[in-house]
Amino acid sequence: MAFVALGQGSAGSATPTKTSRVAFILLAPGLIYLGLFFLTPLVSLIITSLKVSSPTGEIGMYDFGFELGNYAYAIGQYLPQILRSFTYAIIATVMALMISYPIAYFIGVKARNKPLLQAMLLTLVIAPFFISFLLRTFAWKQIFSNDSPVTNFLHTIGLLAPDQYVIGTPFAVVFGLTYNFIPFMTLPIYTSLERLDIRLLEAGSDLYATPAKTFWKVTFPLSLPGVISGTLLTFIPISGDYVNASRDFLGGSDTAMIGNVVEANFFRIQDYPTASALSVMLMAAIVVLVSMYVRKSGTEDLL
Amino acid sequence: MKFSLGKFLLPTYVALAFVFTMIPIVYTFVFSFNEVNKSNIAWKRFTFDNWLYVCNKQEVCEAFGNSIAIAVIATAISTALGTAIAIALGRYRFKGRSVTNLLLFLPMATPEVVMGAGLAAQFLNVGVAKGFWTIVVAHVMFTLSFVVVTVKARVATLDPKLEEAGRDLYGNASQVFWKITFPLLLPGIAAAAMLSFALSFDDFIITQFNSGPETTFPKFVYTAAVRGIPPEANVVGSGVFIVAIAIVMIVQVRASRKAKRLAK
Repeated sequence: MAFVALGQGSAGSATPTKTSRVAFILLAPGLIYLGLFFLTPLVSLIITSLKVSSPTGEIGMYDFGFELGNYAYAIGQYLPQILRSFTYAIIATVMALMISYPIAYFIGVKARNKPLLQAMLLTLVIAPFFISFLLRTFAWKQIFSNDSPVTNFLHTIGLLAPDQYVIGTPFAVVFGLTYNFIPFMTLPIYTSLERLDIRLLEAGSDLYATPAKTFWKVTFPLSLPGVISGTLLTFIPISGDYVNASRDFLGGSDTAMIGNVVEANFFRIQDYPTASALSVMLMAAIVVLVSMYVRKSGTEDLL
Repeated sequence: MKFSLGKFLLPTYVALAFVFTMIPIVYTFVFSFNEVNKSNIAWKRFTFDNWLYVCNKQEVCEAFGNSIAIAVIATAISTALGTAIAIALGRYRFKGRSVTNLLLFLPMATPEVVMGAGLAAQFLNVGVAKGFWTIVVAHVMFTLSFVVVTVKARVATLDPKLEEAGRDLYGNASQVFWKITFPLLLPGIAAAAMLSFALSFDDFIITQFNSGPETTFPKFVYTAAVRGIPPEANVVGSGVFIVAIAIVMIVQVRASRKAKRLAK
């Protein structure tokens, strides 16, 4: 069909064909939708981040402006939370990678000839997705709550000092972040290990490479695309999360991340410019990071 | 033994990792059977009442109903829009392919809080009141890319010769699509719809920014967390979990049966 050239095409194609018109009709609704409700909101965010307080001084009322000072204010006010977000996100991503890689390796390589086992294990990997994200996180809060058997046990064996508790600490927040995003890390790594040719590993050992050497020289480099997309799929949502760090869940007074500050500014203080400036900066940081990754692997692969 | 490490250590590790990931799920399920007066923190007594009378806690049922309605509508829209894009990407040559790919990739690479706050800022600037439909709009936006990715994978496995055969037999464009292309894509479309439904149903952050006074199940849980989550919420969570696992298992069993039949 790609060879049938018919009359006038649209979509600004160089060779007007029937197919380019069909493609345009198929693409337009979805892409226009994303333009209206994904792209222009990002522009709205930038516009809002530059707004100035209304002269009437009413709460939540702002006029259009070009107040770059909003960014300076946001950084000055919330630098600890900004740095904390990225610190937590880096630690949780590395933890998730270390927990997920062996799981993905086992399912993708060791269980390869047992389709039933493989299917069952994959179901187990995605099982946490089927229970509400918030209920899962709240369950950990209950398990580690101050009077819980687990916390009492940690006190008894002396791992926690009598006046120390788990909930409200950076440890609890990073723990929750790691737990919640393990499937996002496991699945892409599994996908690339699934395609790994086992004969390459045999070749490695035939050439007298130790298992460790075969792993680092053959297996790991070949699984790198999965590791890269897993890292992105974990790091990005973690850096913007505010459920785990919320005081009603695993966080405390000193664990707030960017998301918590954006939420508080948007809903409680109604300081939309500061909330928007923080969001724009988070997005900018992510774009820099993603484009560094994309340069290595290409968007088509990530999709 | 050369591979003893992989033989025992790895399976043990994987088993322990799965025990770890299951802990909060089992916890939520167990505490859905707890008899509760005020808060569902300590275990008191076993009861079926929370399951039998879920809707006694009216807010829980209402929030659950809203979440289902939003997920159904958003899924229908995003599956239709996303499937069209996936077919275009997999079947046609057109200019601006890399821009299209980038536009589809970006929503998946944007933190939810940014998308949520951005759309909310836009509704605020334009003066749209937030509620049920603004949640639907937001959910279609963030699920669309996931639909495209899932259906595109299926389009890639489709043999173009089958469609050509249809045309050779004088099938017109719509006959070829509905009799050949669509049925062959259906498993991919179904998977995309399920994914989109799950993402919409469980979304909290984007929803919180664009819901106004409207409540959804995750939003109810978040708000209730201040005082403690009622066991009825555990019932809804566990019930959804059981249904979802059942669907996944049925799909897997059917797929393996089909594979066996084809092998014969």
